Amino acid sequence: MAKNIAIPFKGTAEQEAKLRQVIAEHKSDKGALMPVLQKAQEIYGYLPVEVQKIIAEEMDVSMEKIYGVVTFYSQFSLYPKGEYTISVCLGTACYVKGSGDIFDKISETLGIKGGETTADGKFTLVDCRCIGACGLAPVMTINDDVYGRLTTKEVEGILDKYRNA
Amino acid sequence: MDMVNIKINGVPVSAPKGSTILEAARYAGIEIPTLCFLKDINEIGACRICVVEVKGARSLVASCVYPINEGMEVFTNSPKVLESRKTTLQLLLSNHDKKCLSCVRSGNCELQKLCRDLGVDDEEYFAGVRTETEVDESAAHMIRDNGKCILCRRCSAVCEKVQSVGVIGANERGFRTIIGTSFENGLADTTCVSCGQCIAVCPTGALREKECIDDVFAAIADPTKTVIVQTAPAVRAGLGECFGMPIGTDVEGKMACALRRLGFDKVFDTDFAADLTIMEEANEFVERVQNGGTLPMITSCSPGWVKYCEHYFPNLTENLSSCKSPMQMFGATAKTYYAEKMGIDPKDLVVVAVMPCTAKKFEIGRDDENAAGVPDVDYAMTTRELGRMIDKAGIKFNELPDEKFDEPLGLSSGAGVIFGATGGVMEAALRTAVETLTGEELKSVDFTEVRGTQGIKEAEYDVAGMKVKVAVASGLANAKEILKKVAAGEADYQFIEIMGCPGGCVNGGGQPQQPGYIRNTVDIRAKRAKVLYDLDANMPVRKSHENPAIKQVYAEYFGKPGSEKAHHVLHTSYVKRGM
Repeated sequence: MAKNIAIPFKGTAEQEAKLRQVIAEHKSDKGALMPVLQKAQEIYGYLPVEVQKIIAEEMDVSMEKIYGVVTFYSQFSLYPKGEYTISVCLGTACYVKGSGDIFDKISETLGIKGGETTADGKFTLVDCRCIGACGLAPVMTINDDVYGRLTTKEVEGILDKYRNA
Repeated sequence: MDMVNIKINGVPVSAPKGSTILEAARYAGIEIPTLCFLKDINEIGACRICVVEVKGARSLVASCVYPINEGMEVFTNSPKVLESRKTTLQLLLSNHDKKCLSCVRSGNCELQKLCRDLGVDDEEYFAGVRTETEVDESAAHMIRDNGKCILCRRCSAVCEKVQSVGVIGANERGFRTIIGTSFENGLADTTCVSCGQCIAVCPTGALREKECIDDVFAAIADPTKTVIVQTAPAVRAGLGECFGMPIGTDVEGKMACALRRLGFDKVFDTDFAADLTIMEEANEFVERVQNGGTLPMITSCSPGWVKYCEHYFPNLTENLSSCKSPMQMFGATAKTYYAEKMGIDPKDLVVVAVMPCTAKKFEIGRDDENAAGVPDVDYAMTTRELGRMIDKAGIKFNELPDEKFDEPLGLSSGAGVIFGATGGVMEAALRTAVETLTGEELKSVDFTEVRGTQGIKEAEYDVAGMKVKVAVASGLANAKEILKKVAAGEADYQFIEIMGCPGGCVNGGGQPQQPGYIRNTVDIRAKRAKVLYDLDANMPVRKSHENPAIKQVYAEYFGKPGSEKAHHVLHTSYVKRGM
């Protein structure tokens, strides 16, 4: 199914000028797509269709080829980062303590999948591997706040704190 | 040539330096099974079906990409090799929708054949979680069902390398990898040109055309409808393959008979309309040359090519001939001239087209293709679909007698029949244009410079004191080369023929599928094209303007080529689609 990214694109003319310059610098290099995508993500914070289109046209590569590369590497994102990044540890210790359920609960509550951002730009949900707090498993972080020994019941309340912040 | 000596299964073999094990094995009379490998197109060693044992090597190697070297000892059928291939197949099946009974590819599926050959009898060996997939039915011409995809990447390789389109490719990674489009949009929302080359190379039923077989059967059964059929030139050169005949068998007579037995009221021929196309196109070309119109003029018979031009070179749509394709000209003439002549309401006349092409399914729905106020063509089916239809009806194709097409829309010249091969439209046009411009009869009607399966051909002719430089391209990557030159003003051609599929319609996306090992070793295009050139050579009339049925239709209806009526019925317009 088509990937609908509900967050409107807010790219500026300066960002676009920067991107075009990056492309011009790399255009003649072999295998230039990766460095251009990396720089593009630095400029915009993510790689929306509008940005991919510019790269496709300027570098004469197909949109699909770019999308294939972007979805292959986890370092690339199709979504802008939200105000709050929720990072659920799916490392071994957390996972056996049920962090998978926590992740699913958040995903269901916010209506987004891993890597995605809510339409209001508030939350981004990602999974991560061990953050070194196995004693507190299952663990998640929301920006710099750490939440340990979580249960699915607590999820709603925790999210509310940030919703109203 | 430097030769390298190796042993395959203990048998000494010499093969040219640089050969792969797969190629060398053929010298020993062994065809190593392959799945993802397509010569020059998809040489990625990904599927692991072609693995062999090399003495001294740490692990099994992919023979399709592994070069031979002096003294190498290879084992292609050792227990270790066979076991590995079997496991690979079991793993593929573990993520495959095994609805083989009714699958359109059942019987000619490459995956199914391998499972049978290697005795994979436990289909559920690695049963478990499967990759989530969805069926994409958005496009007019085809269905993509990733549940049957084995990720061989033949389709995306053809799309990108041969057609320079690249709308499908691998997305995501690992277990979640699927073949998809940019942002997983439906094919209809991409710059897909509908050529169907991906279907032609798919080893399974993951890619297939949208069928209209049942609709056509229903139309035939409807007593209020007159149902007529037209067949493109290339169909007669391919259809026999659906019934086990050798590649390059001419089945024109049997095909006409089968269509009649299927119940079509009239069995006509797109070749007639190819002649009509030449009349209009040659006239348009002469007019453009004489009146300073847009040059080079580029042919517009191939709907895959036309859509490519609209997406990728929208500024060159003025260069496209305004002529409808032969299929559409046929439908338009049938629903105006023929319907009037026979006293049939065009609404009750159903035109079915059998085409070597999937883009024709898109073309019949285009704007400005409805001369009589109803679509010129109602159904466009592929050669493969006709094969299935004949099977469904229980008609023993191989035992049929030869029959002829009906008159008048079944009469054609040799020029019409070569339309199905790259260079054919150009040659047919030259036969008419040269005689028109010089007013003299051609000494030879054979323009051999534009024949052959090369991707790009050029020639220059002296016509009535004027130099006419022409180019012919087939396969869209080749077309792109020429178009880039035209767009940059670096080309001095006056006339260009472009066909979307490599080799032309004989190798169209709607033609019978041949498995990888045939595609890799046999020049399918040349064999099928030979059928058309042989037919042409033996035709009593070889120039479109000498076809008596063409003379008749102009005398009775259109007046002359390029007339107002001809423009209304036989010409169309284009859309600047862009990306």
